[in-house]
Amino acid sequence: MTTIRIGAGAGFQGDRIGPAVDLAERGGLDFLVFECLAERTIALAQQARLADPAAGFDPRLERRLRAVLPACAKAGTRIVTNMGAAHPRAAAARARAVVAELGLDLKVAAVTGDDVLDRIGGQVLDETGRPARDLGARLISANAYIGVGGIVAALAQGADIVICGRASDPALFLAPLVHHFGWAMDDWTRLGRGTLVGHLLECSAQITGGYFADPGVKDVPGLAHLGFPLAEVAEDGTAVITKLPGTGGLVSRATCTEQLLYEIHDPARYMQPDVIADFSGVTLDQIGPDRVRVAGAGGQAPSGLLKVSVGYRDGWLGEGQISYAGANCVARGELGLEILDERLREAAILERRGDLIGAQAEAPREVRLRYAARCADRLTAQSVAEEVEALYLCGPAAGGGVTTTLREIVAIASTLMPAGQVPVRAELEEVQHAPA
Amino acid sequence: MRLHDLAHGRTGDKGDVSNISVIAYRAEDFPRLLADLTPARVAAHLGQPEASVTRHVLPQLQALNFVLRGALTGGVTRSLALDAHGKCLSSVLLDMDL
Repeated sequence: MTTIRIGAGAGFQGDRIGPAVDLAERGGLDFLVFECLAERTIALAQQARLADPAAGFDPRLERRLRAVLPACAKAGTRIVTNMGAAHPRAAAARARAVVAELGLDLKVAAVTGDDVLDRIGGQVLDETGRPARDLGARLISANAYIGVGGIVAALAQGADIVICGRASDPALFLAPLVHHFGWAMDDWTRLGRGTLVGHLLECSAQITGGYFADPGVKDVPGLAHLGFPLAEVAEDGTAVITKLPGTGGLVSRATCTEQLLYEIHDPARYMQPDVIADFSGVTLDQIGPDRVRVAGAGGQAPSGLLKVSVGYRDGWLGEGQISYAGANCVARGELGLEILDERLREAAILERRGDLIGAQAEAPREVRLRYAARCADRLTAQSVAEEVEALYLCGPAAGGGVTTTLREIVAIASTLMPAGQVPVRAELEEVQHAPA
Repeated sequence: MRLHDLAHGRTGDKGDVSNISVIAYRAEDFPRLLADLTPARVAAHLGQPEASVTRHVLPQLQALNFVLRGALTGGVTRSLALDAHGKCLSSVLLDMDL
């Protein structure tokens, strides 16, 4: 029985690059997938695009591609990624430039259509209960979680690198499986199983021992040299999760169970654009060192509605922290909080909280005061940060180590949109080699 | 005895919803988790309203999945909490005395 090998090269925008290079060089992979978009990332990327029309995609795209492309080209490993963020076309153009510079012969495709900002106005948002257009100038972005369609089309046209924006995370992995095995788009069982593979891999090291170690109880060998996961997937959608020999970390029933339920609500109904996956009967069997066999997922027809994430400006966050240590530290920290409440009593703050981190210990020897506020305007938020800093000279004795934060809050609301209103396209273009 | 002696778990977040898995190390301890970790008890331990907590059971994996709605003070994008994702909630739950 033939299997395909699919690896996870990143589980978030800031993920480590070395383990992906290792997978590209030694993994014998058919596909390497980089998942780099969190809920808010695309709204931040859209803001970057507004400031610079050539920007709006993942700033680490070029670094990641440069690191893995030579090995991927050699091994025939194709890449799928959502690093296109708010601007997949610009990301694809940059990728083509990198490919040409490296002297490689690879086709790059952009998948577009997830951006629905032009038709979001009338949609009622779950969180506000109001149409999106009521946000006015605060509205930044609206992106539908698209399924496998555009990615599969790009792969069918021979793309070696497929760059999309917002897609459902598991779809980045499901698409190569649909393409390779020719799964029917109403084969709910296989689509459910492929979704499970994607769900298990999409957070990279979270299934190979990252976000897992608890010393003395759940020890992870070689955590500093943690390897990223790969799956060997069979035509029926069952799979073995593993990692490369010689890497740190561990793939066990325990790591797989934790990741299986990560960000899952009802395991029997994991809502995806192409399928409602059923993980409730999944079985995990340790069949060898760092090898776990995964089976038992199912699926049923999807709702026909796509989740849409709407990004909007929601005021400013001002925050500051300061430490008090040694004799009477808790009392000095509490006094600091009282002073801040008093000094900021008249400020136009929408919501605030003050904490003394460490004060719950039995006999605290150090506490860290933290004061944070959400404000409608930048100046008020800035004054919150400044008042914490001013505790140096105008607060309790011996406060030290101030840090402050001031940032615009980009909030996310969600709604559902009929899939028919979200046409998706795969845009392919040959690489033009630079003249020698 | 603490829950931490019998089980491990992981927290995930989506919007203002947190989910916490609790997984028995040994199959023979799972019935005890099933009996002790009622949604009401978990809600009380984490200071959440009882009605906000739903429990899903996966016996073949000796695992429970708790879903806590409205647990993240607005979600990671606008929460004022230092740990806006609520990443630490699974460890806080494992601190429960049984």
